[in-house]
Amino acid sequence: MARYLSKKILIYAITFFLAVTLNFVIPRMMPGDPIQSLVSRFQIMEGGSEILERQLILLFNLDEPLIVQYFNYWKSIFTGDFGISIMQFPRPVTEIINKAIIYDIILLVPATILSWIVGNKLGAFSGVNKKADNVLMPIFYFLTSSPYFWLAGVVSFFLGVKLGLFPISGAYSVSMVPGFNWPFIVDYFKHWFLPFLSIFLVELGGWAIGMRNMIIYERSSNYSRYMEALGASDKMIRKYGFRNGVLPQVTGLALRIAGIIGGAITVETVFNYPGLGRMMLNSVLNQDYFLLQGIFLAVVVMALVANFLVDIVYMFIDPRVRHSFAGEV
Amino acid sequence: MKFFKNSFLVILLLLALSLVAFAQEINRKEAIVTTGAMWGPPSTWNILLPSPTPGTGGLVYETLFSYNPIRNEFRPWLAESGEWISDNEYVVKLRKGIKWTDGEDFNAEDLVFTYEIARNNDVFYSPIWEWMSSVVALDNYTVKFTFSEPHYAEWDKELYTRYIIPEHIWSKVPSNQLISISNANPVGTGPYMYYAPQQDRMIWVRNENWWGNDVFGKPKPKYIIDLVSQSNHITMGLLMKGELDVCNNFIAGAGRIKDAFRLNTWYDDEPYMLSWNTANLYMNTLRKPMDDPAFRRALAFAIDTDVIVGRVYGGMVTKANPTGLFGEGWLEYLAEDVVEEYGFYYDPDKAAAMLDEAGYIDRDGDGYRDMPDGSPIALKIMVPSGWTDWEESIRVIARSAEAVGVNIIPDFPDQSLFDNNRFTRNFDMMIGNFVSTLSANPFDYWNGVANRNIHGERISNGNWGSYDNPELFRKIQEFNITKDEAVKQELAAEIQKTLLIDMPTIPLWHNGLWCLTTNHNWTNWPNEHNPYGLAVCWGNAYQLGMIDVLINIEPAN
Repeated sequence: MARYLSKKILIYAITFFLAVTLNFVIPRMMPGDPIQSLVSRFQIMEGGSEILERQLILLFNLDEPLIVQYFNYWKSIFTGDFGISIMQFPRPVTEIINKAIIYDIILLVPATILSWIVGNKLGAFSGVNKKADNVLMPIFYFLTSSPYFWLAGVVSFFLGVKLGLFPISGAYSVSMVPGFNWPFIVDYFKHWFLPFLSIFLVELGGWAIGMRNMIIYERSSNYSRYMEALGASDKMIRKYGFRNGVLPQVTGLALRIAGIIGGAITVETVFNYPGLGRMMLNSVLNQDYFLLQGIFLAVVVMALVANFLVDIVYMFIDPRVRHSFAGEV
Repeated sequence: MKFFKNSFLVILLLLALSLVAFAQEINRKEAIVTTGAMWGPPSTWNILLPSPTPGTGGLVYETLFSYNPIRNEFRPWLAESGEWISDNEYVVKLRKGIKWTDGEDFNAEDLVFTYEIARNNDVFYSPIWEWMSSVVALDNYTVKFTFSEPHYAEWDKELYTRYIIPEHIWSKVPSNQLISISNANPVGTGPYMYYAPQQDRMIWVRNENWWGNDVFGKPKPKYIIDLVSQSNHITMGLLMKGELDVCNNFIAGAGRIKDAFRLNTWYDDEPYMLSWNTANLYMNTLRKPMDDPAFRRALAFAIDTDVIVGRVYGGMVTKANPTGLFGEGWLEYLAEDVVEEYGFYYDPDKAAAMLDEAGYIDRDGDGYRDMPDGSPIALKIMVPSGWTDWEESIRVIARSAEAVGVNIIPDFPDQSLFDNNRFTRNFDMMIGNFVSTLSANPFDYWNGVANRNIHGERISNGNWGSYDNPELFRKIQEFNITKDEAVKQELAAEIQKTLLIDMPTIPLWHNGLWCLTTNHNWTNWPNEHNPYGLAVCWGNAYQLGMIDVLINIEPAN
């Protein structure tokens, strides 16, 4: 158990180091200079932009050599102070991320978990029911091969514009002020639904297809046949099949998390949803190194934590993993 | 399975409830909802930065004068009056009885402080001290400005763009934090106050004790909700549903759909919008063949701007005056006889003849003209990627050029790369409207397109093509420091003539003051028939007429 965990932790540490380094390097490889671009947008008195540019460069420590900036970045990771955003000057990056990440969590966690659960159930059903399979499989394939932004556009058009059931933009209404009151919460969930649905549907297809194939495979395996020969009920065989089939699905969940976060970026852009995804896009466009570093890091941490949780869950649901690392098998 | 069932039920329940219960915190009838000014979450209300959250200047902080671009008229705002008492002394009398929103009196000390802070620290308007020598309070409500070299033209702009800040608050801010504080909940003198910033909007609340209530009238909306700009389809959706009252975003084709969706524009017909800036074609005069005025001028005759105006913009912009000038303040100095004689117009045959004459002919038979020495001409023209109207416009320009045998290839770098290329002269041609925004004085335009600071490592104040003409630069500066109207008119004519002959930039079209309004919640919007103000929420533009709009609109029934 300890060996299993320590090995995992080492892998996570290496991943983290590489991710952090890339986070630092990639934004700075973009052509152009963020401060220059920012300052150039103002039409001000002659000489004023030079003054401003000088001050901002000093303020952001962009005058220091890259290697010093890199070490500062590492320092900032451990102190939790990611500096201030260029685009949303002078707001601290940490504050911006804290405000935005809550939208992502409320969006992504239910979408991921529910699509996984529903997808597996539907897939298992489809795997044992030939008729349903013929109808469901094309739908699953359609869903899983839809790009996030495209499906988001489709649900937004039909449910939002055509039927007018849900708002298509933002996280709450124009004249709402966020607060813990019933009208706001209701309004919030109305805005939440379509982005949620888009991610949910795309993910659903993949899980269902995976589970359906697993179930068909498991049902033709020896233990199923043996159970059948022993006269076990169909339901019982299916139950055992499901328990075995779900294991690769859990691994799949760990692998998918990064992809789901990537998809959320496009979904949030379509729905103008104020989560990290849209903010990441904006900070790329504005070359906001510091905000970008912070968001990347938040995403990496989110993905690693989710993966780690899945690893731990896996350990509990599959005794072979636990035992192999404990040297029992 | 149980977990799945439960969570699904909870969500269904929430959704069901959400369809029933709906209530709003702010009464929509009391609020005006605007968009088009903000491109990111509101983050700073620090007026010592050139672009704080839009509204900080104008709604909270106020200027000495306001400027009405339609009537070309300065109106005393915080000032009661202001005048040049000698060639280099300007005296401002302030209105009495104005209070900051924290209850302190507004007086001469605040005005003096606003400039002193720029002398003692580095802020973006500190360079004014290169030509100003002192700012002194003569009494509690009178301030005298003395200039070492009075820049009359720049001073005009100063009067309606410099926001006056409270001494009793800003004097306590340490010097090294002047630009880094966010200054949330700013204390100003203006008609609105900070209410609530959100990720995607800024909400302002009316200042019930505004001094202007008795002078100009009381603004009608209790709240201003300014939304961060969103994609076009979302903005259109909001407009159609009447959730948006003012939209200052460019909406392609708005002219054609305005009647169907009952949107108001300034003009009933084309161009629908007032002009806001001049889009110029900048040519890098350090590269061949753009170093040749004959080539540049020939190109001006080759471009079919009507196609850009009609097809790309659907008639929502106007073809530029050949001098680039527009708006009442600038047109006062338009030299019509110069335009008559030297102005350009679309005439591809003439352009071809001019190019022939200058020696640019097709020598290798590939269909494109070559340099006089035989080397091929292949030029790139750039605009930022994603600016779709501009992208389409440079395609039109490339086709126009092709028709006269000049090979120009459209190029769409990312905005930051575009900016970088622009600063470092790393381009052949580009479109720019950055230093040509509506103002009271044409000096601002000339000082932009023909700025004299072109010899540094980077160019940051305009004249991106490094057009070098010390004689012209001198005249432009002369215009800035001359009070004599006759001399100014003369200088203006000479400047325009030089710009038309040498053609460092080709003025193409005047971008509009994009403004669509709806009548769902508010009526009596200004338009060509009732031009009492300008519905523009762009940063630092509130004092150009938006305050009048806030006062004069009427609640819809």
